[in-house]
Amino acid sequence: MTSAENLQAFKRDGRIVVVGASLAGLRAAETLRDEGFTGSLTMIGDELGEPYDRPPLSKQVLTGWVPAENTKLPRRREIDAKWLLGVPASGLDLATNQVRLADGRTVPFDRVLISTGVRARPWFVESEAALDGVFVVRTREHAEGLQRALAAGPSRVLVIGAGFTGSEIASICRERDIPVTVAELAPAPLVGALGAMIGEVAADMQRARGVDLRCGVKVTQLEGDAQGRLRRAHFDDGTTIDADVAVVALGGIRNTEWLQGSGLAAGVWGIACDTGCRALDLNGLVTDDIFVAGDVARCPNPIYEYRLISLEHWANAVEQAEVAAHNMVSGQADRWPHLSIPLFWSIQFGVNIKSVGVPTFADEVVVTQGSVPDHRFVAAYGYRGRVTAAVSFNNAKWLDHYRTLIETAAPFPPACPTPDQPADMKPTPVDFPGPVLLAQGATVVVTGHDPSERRVTAAHQHR
Amino acid sequence: MRVVVDLSRCEGYAQCAFLAPDAFRMHGEEALMYDPGASNARRDQVLRAAAACPVQAILVDQLEGRDAPAEGSSS
Repeated sequence: MTSAENLQAFKRDGRIVVVGASLAGLRAAETLRDEGFTGSLTMIGDELGEPYDRPPLSKQVLTGWVPAENTKLPRRREIDAKWLLGVPASGLDLATNQVRLADGRTVPFDRVLISTGVRARPWFVESEAALDGVFVVRTREHAEGLQRALAAGPSRVLVIGAGFTGSEIASICRERDIPVTVAELAPAPLVGALGAMIGEVAADMQRARGVDLRCGVKVTQLEGDAQGRLRRAHFDDGTTIDADVAVVALGGIRNTEWLQGSGLAAGVWGIACDTGCRALDLNGLVTDDIFVAGDVARCPNPIYEYRLISLEHWANAVEQAEVAAHNMVSGQADRWPHLSIPLFWSIQFGVNIKSVGVPTFADEVVVTQGSVPDHRFVAAYGYRGRVTAAVSFNNAKWLDHYRTLIETAAPFPPACPTPDQPADMKPTPVDFPGPVLLAQGATVVVTGHDPSERRVTAAHQHR
Repeated sequence: MRVVVDLSRCEGYAQCAFLAPDAFRMHGEEALMYDPGASNARRDQVLRAAAACPVQAILVDQLEGRDAPAEGSSS
């Protein structure tokens, strides 16, 4: 699209394919039509059925209040799309501009949006993952299955991993009066996302509600009975626990395998893109017709030293989808950068936890408002003397204030904006477990000597 | 009907829980739980709740099930 006429022709008769028919894909499709795109629109999704909302799956659905099939996303407008559902995409050919499907079909496009998201990381031993009673929670079917298992009144549930999803599930078990053990490798729940200070608060919350919380331990084996039903879990400290349900909550795997060999900068880290949501190729050059949005995107954020950041956040998926869609049907001069400050929430043990900014981008943390023992406070995170993030426990009304502090690079520690100043406002080191868990080894190699010959090649092609 | 609440925007004012208590419930003092598939019989209540939300975080479907892919279709 070099001229205004070409752009008009593309908006009128072009072909856009959206790979990934969940929240980001749907919102992008709606925005494309809002922006006047009248060409053909194809939605490709590996799951059958309409796009649905995932956050209720680990909350309202697991409590038994809302059936999993009642989570279909509201539609803001008609999108007049062709839906290709139940078949995953298996490849992307940038030479011919085609998406390949797993059943052998090909779908041609002029521009494509990739929003394939993440899937649940399965238990690492396949035969143990297949035991009756072992669950992950990512899809409607997963949530429905786990809900039925909880309704059956298990003697004990083991939750493996005390991140946000694992902690929410543990909370629901206690609400349903089901004995629950939570096993976490880190020293406390939520510590990888929010640091040691908040981790301690989260641990207190869990124990106060009767969770058998075991930190610093690793589950080494899930043991089944003769009928293939889970009955026991083994820990690396030699202890065991009897449980008939285990929920594996070890985070997600980004769905990028189908892009191997496509020439895009896609890997375990996601798909790198610019702030305009245009995908980067393996060499780090911006592509023209390939856009990325949602959990699978890895986008630079100028506030955080232009680092590439992937976010598995609901609001990020929505905002990025809208920016990507706008840019897909706009000329270069009219394009928008995706410059939002990350926002996240989690509901657990009766507390509304929200965060703004990137808490891991910090060296110090300080409680700025409220009272930690009451589980009603705000903590601000700072990096080299400026505010980079904030976390609230039952104090969400103040987060907008902190968002402004982050956007304006306000000095850290910030002043308390209310009379409820905590007695001790001393910043402490943020104390994250460190990047060891994130180190994945080399994923690319660089070859060539002259600037005209320098190229990046994906390392998995060399193994 | 279909409802989604942008919980990153929600600040727990609880207006919705007063106006449509069958569809919106407070969980603790600030967290909101809602029924994303609230009964159509409550549509008026839910629309009133959406209109009253101080941060306009409640989105209700505009299509009532039109423009959907056929369930179970793969082409």
